[in-house]
Amino acid sequence: MPARWQGTVNTAGKFGLDFERINMFYHSFLIKYAEIGTKGKNRYIFEDALIQQIKQHLRKADGEFAIVKEQGRIYVNAKSDYDYDEVIGALKKVFGIVGICPMVQLPDEGYEKLRKEIVRFIDEEYPDKHFTFKVRAKRTNKHYPVTSDEINADVGYDILTAFPETKVDVRNPEVMIHIEVRQQINVYSKVIKGAGGLPIGTNGKAMLLLSGGIDSPVAGYMIAKRGVRLEAVYFHAPPYTSERAKQKVIDLAKKVAEYAGPIKLHIVNFTEIQLYIYEQCPHDELTIIMRRYMMRIAERIAEETGSIGLITGESIGQVASQTMFSLQVTNEVCSLPVYRPVIGFDKQEIIDLAEEIGTFDTSILPYEDCCTIFVAKHPVTKPNLGVIKKSELKLSEKIEEMTERAVSEREEIECF
Amino acid sequence: MKVYFDNAATTRVDPRVTELMVKIMDEDYGNPSSKYIMGLTAENYVREARERIASSLKVKPSEIIFTSGGTESDNMALIGTALAKKNRGRHIISCNIEHAAVYKTLEFLEREGFEISFIGVDERGHIDFEELKKTVRPDTILVSMMYVNNEIGAIEPVAEASRIVKGINPDCYFHTDAIQAYGKLVIRPKKEGIDMLSVSGHKIHGPKGVGFIYINEKTRIEPIIFGGGQQRVLRSGTENVPGIAGLGLAAELYTKNHEEYIKGILSVKERLMERLERIEGVRLNSLPGEESAPQIVSASFGGVRAEVLLHALEDKGIYVSSGSACSSNHPAISGTLRAIGLKKELLDSTLRFSFGIFNKPEEADYCADCIEELLPVLRRYTRR
Repeated sequence: MPARWQGTVNTAGKFGLDFERINMFYHSFLIKYAEIGTKGKNRYIFEDALIQQIKQHLRKADGEFAIVKEQGRIYVNAKSDYDYDEVIGALKKVFGIVGICPMVQLPDEGYEKLRKEIVRFIDEEYPDKHFTFKVRAKRTNKHYPVTSDEINADVGYDILTAFPETKVDVRNPEVMIHIEVRQQINVYSKVIKGAGGLPIGTNGKAMLLLSGGIDSPVAGYMIAKRGVRLEAVYFHAPPYTSERAKQKVIDLAKKVAEYAGPIKLHIVNFTEIQLYIYEQCPHDELTIIMRRYMMRIAERIAEETGSIGLITGESIGQVASQTMFSLQVTNEVCSLPVYRPVIGFDKQEIIDLAEEIGTFDTSILPYEDCCTIFVAKHPVTKPNLGVIKKSELKLSEKIEEMTERAVSEREEIECF
Repeated sequence: MKVYFDNAATTRVDPRVTELMVKIMDEDYGNPSSKYIMGLTAENYVREARERIASSLKVKPSEIIFTSGGTESDNMALIGTALAKKNRGRHIISCNIEHAAVYKTLEFLEREGFEISFIGVDERGHIDFEELKKTVRPDTILVSMMYVNNEIGAIEPVAEASRIVKGINPDCYFHTDAIQAYGKLVIRPKKEGIDMLSVSGHKIHGPKGVGFIYINEKTRIEPIIFGGGQQRVLRSGTENVPGIAGLGLAAELYTKNHEEYIKGILSVKERLMERLERIEGVRLNSLPGEESAPQIVSASFGGVRAEVLLHALEDKGIYVSSGSACSSNHPAISGTLRAIGLKKELLDSTLRFSFGIFNKPEEADYCADCIEELLPVLRRYTRR
């Protein structure tokens, strides 16, 4: 073990465990972000939001970290012992990060020393030496006595000499060795893929209709990925839906919140409205009318709480209430834009994403949700707006009062 | 008003049991295997519990092995017998209304090359003796038959069944899952021809995570848990001293107060059955009085989904279960209800009410009142 790398971050000393080697190896993470860089004068807003998000996500990880913005770059520097996998896991959930580069920082102790350290770094990092590489040095410290091209040539030579199995490939190298000469010298060669998107908090707030199924958490994730803060609404119908169904939705909101940040979940008691529709309206229109009231209620809560859009997990043709005809009829009640990010996805594509973000296993727990309890055997698939509106007239006596009650008596739970 | 009518799922721990367990965890927390006095103190709690339980069954203390609960006891009886006797035969008989702890274990053994026969039951849930007679073979190594069914409370004639089995094949072991029976019925394994009997602590106002298995001293089975060789090498692992002591005390309380306890429980059952009988569209799946277990009433409510009625009752502070709570995480329709030939449309409309020593007949009245009030409302809103 090179003594040099046992600098500030050293956990292995305590237990001598081999698997902790990696911790003392990397002192720092270079955070790569793509789209933010294109935002012109607003760039600092996005960078600050990203730093804020990184801070928030790292709070869940053990250890102390300093997040440094420096010459158009963001670094996460470890100030104490930390768990490498935990930190990478946390950073991978931050929207706005394209790549995470674990980095070794070497003090400037002369060029000869640097060359030796880099060879050791490669030796430690790549036990199997059968790879092609390229060295890419960059100097921001222009006082450094050696130029970037010279570093490239010298270090390349050192590596080829030390490990004859390696090959140089300047066009398409398997390993790109970055050497950044600043006050200290940063060395990294790996980029771990980040979540992408834009940092949360850079793009307003939207209200997600969360049902407990597979689609809506994925829809929420996708919109949050574009920097949008989320709130969510769930329609609870006791005794037809159970406390477990509600708990499941809370759990789902928490899963999405791992990426999207804290989500306020509004739980609306929908039983009364549902039974009223059941009694007054034709049964095959029940689902579509129900959904229209869900949208109306979601929009009211959205307006009350400052959300400027609604999000649903609808996908064209998936079920009767999601045909284009049905969507047209449900959409008609809203004035806020309704975002439907999975609209063109096949079920399997949604499932794949749900598995990737970790909501799938919760979504498939078998508790009945309010959309399915009274569903007709043959619901309308081509509802006619005029007919539906006429049916809704039968609700005019009590529905306003019921909707008001549903909104005002909702329960709010912070999910994070 | 809070009415806990799900005592077949689990029970409130008797405060005297809790007190004893707290004392052991707080003060007498030694390991029974330790050589100093604390070890002996702990060992004595285990010994006392073993004696209390043995006397409740009129068996020897050495025939009681403590486990982590009913499921482990069932696994041990079935897998332990299979391992011990696989060279003599590979045929096992059970019935089609067993708890998952038995039938899932049997499915495992089936995959391991054992042959399993399941005996059917009649509409009251009682096993078919004729079928049993025809099924026992010279290579049958074990018959496992539950004492009381957990969903409808049917009491299986185990003594008679064992007599039949042993008449045909004297070497065959007879196991019974007595988890819903122990404490509620007087059980005498020696007289009833029971070689192994499984019991769980938390169904008799004892703690969860502890149970026992009675194994007749002449019955030889292999252990399924290995380690430090505790409990005559049959069940390794440091004894769960507070749990075991709690179970022992709960068992003793049930034995000492048997008549009073059962009278109380039975009065709740009878009151509820009387009331439910008078409600239209209600079918009782349990036999009255002592013809079935005193603590269980299964009833089907035509035109209402069980889960909806369950949650509506929950809203009134009444806690019951649909099917069997142990299996209600997955909404599979109950095997028992199907086996007794319940009509298809009632399978998903059946609730189980089960009682314990803390229940009162007035609670049954309140429960019946609520059902009378809820049924017409719930029946109005169903899937069309």
